[in-house]
Amino acid sequence: MTALLRRSPAGLAGVVILVVLAMVALLSFLGLLPYDPIAQNPPSRFLAPSGEHLFGTDQFGRDVFSRVAAGVGNSALIAVVAVAFSTLVGTLGGLVSGFYRGFADGAIGGVTNVLFAFPPLLLALSLASVLERNWFTVAVAIAIVYVPIFIRVTRGPVLSLREIEYVKAAVSTGQSRWQIMFRHVLPNITSIIVIQVALSLSWAVLTEASLSFLGLGTPPPAPSLGSMIFEARSLVFIAPWTLIAPGAVVVALVVGLNLLGDGLRDTLDPRNRGKR
Amino acid sequence: MRALVRNRVVRRVAGTVGTLFGVAVFVFVMLRAIPGNQITANLGTEAAALTPAQQQALERYYGLDQPLVTQFFSWLGNMFTGNFGYSARAQQSVLDLTLQSLPVTFELAVFSIVLALLIGVPLGMLAASRTNSVRDAAGQVVSLAGLSIPAFLLATTLLTVFAASFGFNPNGQGFVPFFADPLLNLQQMLLPSLVLGFGIAAPILRTTRTAVLEVRSNDFVRTARAKGVPERRLQVRHVLGNALVPIVTMTGLQFGYLLGGAVVVEQIFSVPGIGRQVLLGIQQKEYAVVQSTVLVIALAFVIVNLLTDVLYRIIDPRVRAS
Repeated sequence: MTALLRRSPAGLAGVVILVVLAMVALLSFLGLLPYDPIAQNPPSRFLAPSGEHLFGTDQFGRDVFSRVAAGVGNSALIAVVAVAFSTLVGTLGGLVSGFYRGFADGAIGGVTNVLFAFPPLLLALSLASVLERNWFTVAVAIAIVYVPIFIRVTRGPVLSLREIEYVKAAVSTGQSRWQIMFRHVLPNITSIIVIQVALSLSWAVLTEASLSFLGLGTPPPAPSLGSMIFEARSLVFIAPWTLIAPGAVVVALVVGLNLLGDGLRDTLDPRNRGKR
Repeated sequence: MRALVRNRVVRRVAGTVGTLFGVAVFVFVMLRAIPGNQITANLGTEAAALTPAQQQALERYYGLDQPLVTQFFSWLGNMFTGNFGYSARAQQSVLDLTLQSLPVTFELAVFSIVLALLIGVPLGMLAASRTNSVRDAAGQVVSLAGLSIPAFLLATTLLTVFAASFGFNPNGQGFVPFFADPLLNLQQMLLPSLVLGFGIAAPILRTTRTAVLEVRSNDFVRTARAKGVPERRLQVRHVLGNALVPIVTMTGLQFGYLLGGAVVVEQIFSVPGIGRQVLLGIQQKEYAVVQSTVLVIALAFVIVNLLTDVLYRIIDPRVRAS
């Protein structure tokens, strides 16, 4: 992490953006928001941004800043849970597939191919529409889409690692396969996984926002950046801040994650070392 | 040698058929996981008022009295004969719906890809022409924006700005197919393909930059320069020509994504594409529509990927020779 901060200014910028947004999201999780993001207050509808309402208020008099902060919290929660799930399942699948080969490889490869046969957004959309709608099932839908990517990203390096001397040495000393997988193979592919995690998070945030824009995300009145933008479409001329605030924040969140991912790739990926 | 190549193609095709079968199973099982069935979807709460006889008759009508395996194979068999199901909402068969919507999405995808290539390839070459320079940084900013601005945000903003400021909203009057009124159709395709093209330009830009940088470090480029090949010809013929393989692969992949991934943009601009057909099916609870359409999209996606594979074998002399 310190190497990232020293070597990649873009990565550093990403970290700064994410820290700011994380603090905003933390306000929401700790219940420290200036206003209740859901409580309606009709007398103060469409107030322009001011000291009292930082990002103004919406058509129901709800404080846009509080809603955006809670929305960032929700987006982050869904993205993190989704990517954590796909990282765990996908990495394990990739490890087993690459290390055991044979039947396990064939079976996992088959499932991967099937999931890869869908355009990603369509798959997330179909899964989200099938499951009962709450934040967790949205996370599950996104996670399933990303599992095969983690499988493919880990399987390749594992295939080449298992032929390397120190892994063979570990085999000859009689360690069990699982021991070898987790103690000798996994540590050598962590940088690849870390990069993929950062990039997947940005995609997960975008997908969650797209789903809730289409009305397939976390159901209202829970604040979500995508559905806020959807509602703001017809309000742009009365209250432009209702579109600008969530729009700017969702872009900032994804930019931050992409910058972090690029920075990690520049510093961690062995293929990039020594270049640039 | 020939037999080997043919064998590889045969194996690839066989693998694809297997994958598609898996896709069909997956789609079928996924939609069976929804609580309720076609009867409750159609009738809503009134389904509770059905007499047992009516219930039985309806189950028979929809084939719900059959075992799941039978239902699956009869659906799959029907797909082969062109019977994709029927949409009560549209009063049309799903096959007819698909035959209307697939070309629309295809047209949208082609325009988007062309725009993306027009933005991404020149900018990528420009960025690679001097690394860590201002133009490289500009390329990075454009690609970061393309990757980070959600399509629905860009689409919403463009639609509002163009409609309000210039009175330009060709999509507001109902979609017109290309052959009915080409000029209006192209206007209607303009904003949606700009939004999608901008998003896809980013990965294409990055791929171009990386590929050009890699090719440029090869000895044959130095040789060509040394023997006096003009710079422009060198850049286009020698460098870009050899950098095409990854660019084509990325383009094919993105084209495939558009077949279902354009759904958000189709919805915002009221473009009746295949993604929107799925979304409408979901919203109307017409699972027969969703099930068959998703399978068609997956089929199209797999075919596009297969064609990309073939295409880059044709482009890359190294693969062609071996």
